[in-house]
Amino acid sequence: MLEQLSIQMVQMLLVLFSAPLLTGFIRKVKARLLRKRGPPLLQPYRDLIKLARKEVVVADSASWLFRAAPYLIFAATWVAAALVPTFATGLLFSWSADLIAIIALLGSARFFLALAGMDVGTSFGGLGSSREMMFATLAEPALIMIVFSVALIAGTTQLSYVASFVMYAAGLRVSLVLGLVGLVIVAITENARIPVDNPATHLELTMVHEAMVLEYSGRHLAMIELSSQLKLIVYVSLIACIFFPWGLAPVGAGFNAHVLGFAAYAGKLAAAGGMLALFETTVAKMRVFRVPDFIGVALMLGLLATLLRFMSESL
Amino acid sequence: MDRLAFDIAHFLAGGLVLISFVLLYQDRLFALLNAYALQALTLAFAVAWQAHIQEAPHLYITAGITLVFKALIIPVALHRMVARLGVHREVETVVSLVPTMLGGIGLVALSMVVMLRVTHGADPLTREDLAFALSVVLLGMLMMVTRTNAVSQVVGFMSLENGLILAAAAAKGMPLVVEISVAFSVLIALIVIGIFLFRIRERFDSVDLQALDDFRGEHR
Repeated sequence: MLEQLSIQMVQMLLVLFSAPLLTGFIRKVKARLLRKRGPPLLQPYRDLIKLARKEVVVADSASWLFRAAPYLIFAATWVAAALVPTFATGLLFSWSADLIAIIALLGSARFFLALAGMDVGTSFGGLGSSREMMFATLAEPALIMIVFSVALIAGTTQLSYVASFVMYAAGLRVSLVLGLVGLVIVAITENARIPVDNPATHLELTMVHEAMVLEYSGRHLAMIELSSQLKLIVYVSLIACIFFPWGLAPVGAGFNAHVLGFAAYAGKLAAAGGMLALFETTVAKMRVFRVPDFIGVALMLGLLATLLRFMSESL
Repeated sequence: MDRLAFDIAHFLAGGLVLISFVLLYQDRLFALLNAYALQALTLAFAVAWQAHIQEAPHLYITAGITLVFKALIIPVALHRMVARLGVHREVETVVSLVPTMLGGIGLVALSMVVMLRVTHGADPLTREDLAFALSVVLLGMLMMVTRTNAVSQVVGFMSLENGLILAAAAAKGMPLVVEISVAFSVLIALIVIGIFLFRIRERFDSVDLQALDDFRGEHR
C-alpha cells in the first residue's frame, strides 16, 4: 500500500515536472534541425515561472467560468497523466486507470477549454473553439475505435493489464500496428502539432488552440500552457504504455526495476520528442479543411484494426 | 507452425493492405509512386517470408523478381514518365476521400467474409493471406475506379497485381514459369501503358481520362 502510494506520488510529480522539459526538448531539436541554436532546454520552466508571477488581466465580459476553466483543465489533465503508467504499473490508482476514463478526462478538459474560448465573446475565441470542436468530433470516435480494438485484443481496458499483455503475450499483431498509427495521428491532432495546427504561430487564419487561449494572461495562461504540455506527455505515455511497454516495472518489483523503468521512460520520451520534432520539420501545415481527411484516416485505421482482429480470431 | 512465423506473415500481409489504403489516400503523384514502391518492397518481404516458412526456394526467385522489377524498375520508370509528361502532379478523384476510404473498408470486410467462408478447413496462414490478397486486389480496383488521372490508374493496376502475387505465394504451388511470365507481362503492360500515356497527353494536353469521355461525346 505504502509502496504503491509512493510510486503514485513519484509518477504524478514526474509527469508534472518532465512535461515542460519534453516541450523544451522538442523545441530545441526542431531548432537544431533548422540549424538554429534554439532556446535552452529549461526555457519552458522559466516561461511558466514568469507567467505565474505576472498580473492577471481579465476582460470585462468574462464570467466566473473564464477564471475557473484553467484550473479545471489543469486538474483533469493532471489526473489523466497520473493514471497512465509511465515507469511502473504498480500505481495506487491503477484500478481506475481505465482507457475510457482517461479519454473522458481529456474530453472534459477540452470541453472547458472550448467554453472558455467562447466565454469572453471575441471572434477569435469563438473561431478557435468551433474549429477545436470540429476536430474533436472526428478525433474522439477515432480514439474510441482504437481503444476498442486494443481492448478486444488485450481483453481489458485497464492500462496496466494492457501493458503486461502486450509485453508478454501479444506477439506481433497487425491490429496493434494499425492502432499505433491511428493513435499517433490522433495524438498529433489533439496536441495541435504541425500538420493540424502550428503551436508556434499566432497567424489568425490557421491557429486553433492558440485562438482559444488568446484572452488568457498571467497565472491563468501558465496553467493553460502547463496543461497543454501535460497533455502532450499524456499522449506520449499512453502510446509508450500500450505499444512499447518494455522496461515498465511490474507490480511489486524491486528498487532496481523501478530505476530501470525510469531510464526506459526517459529514453521513450526522448525518442518520441525527437521523432515528433523530425516529423514537424519535414511536413507542412494542412489547410483546415483537409484536417478531417487526416483524422478520418485514424478513424479508418481503428475500424480496420477491429476488423482484422475479428478475422484473426475466426481462423 | 509456430506462432511467431504466423504473426510475421500476418503482419506483412496486413501491411500490404495498409499500404493499399495509403495509396488511396495520396493526392500527389510522386508520393503515390513512392507508396507504390513501398508496397512492392513489402510484398517482396512477404513472399520471401513465405519462401522461408514453406521451404520453397523458388519463391525466393519470385521475391527477387518483385524486388527488382516492381520496387525498383517500375517506380523509377513511372517517375521519369511523370517528370517528362510535365502534367500537373495532383491526383483528381471522382469521389472525395472519406467515402472512398469507407468503401475500401467495406471491400476489406467483404473479402474477409468471402474468403474465410470459401477456404474453410484450409491452412490458417493460407486462408489469411488469401483474404488479404483479395482485399489488395479489390482496393486496387477501387483505386482505378475512383481516379481520373491515367497515371494513378496505372498505379492502381500495378497494386492489384501485387495482390495477385501475394495470393499466388500463399497458395503453394504456382509454377515458376507462370510467375516469370506474369512479371514480364506486367513489364510489357507498363511499356504499352507508357506509350498510351504519351499519346493521350499529345492529343489532349493532359492525362485526365475525363478528356477521353468528353471526346467520345459521353456526358456525365
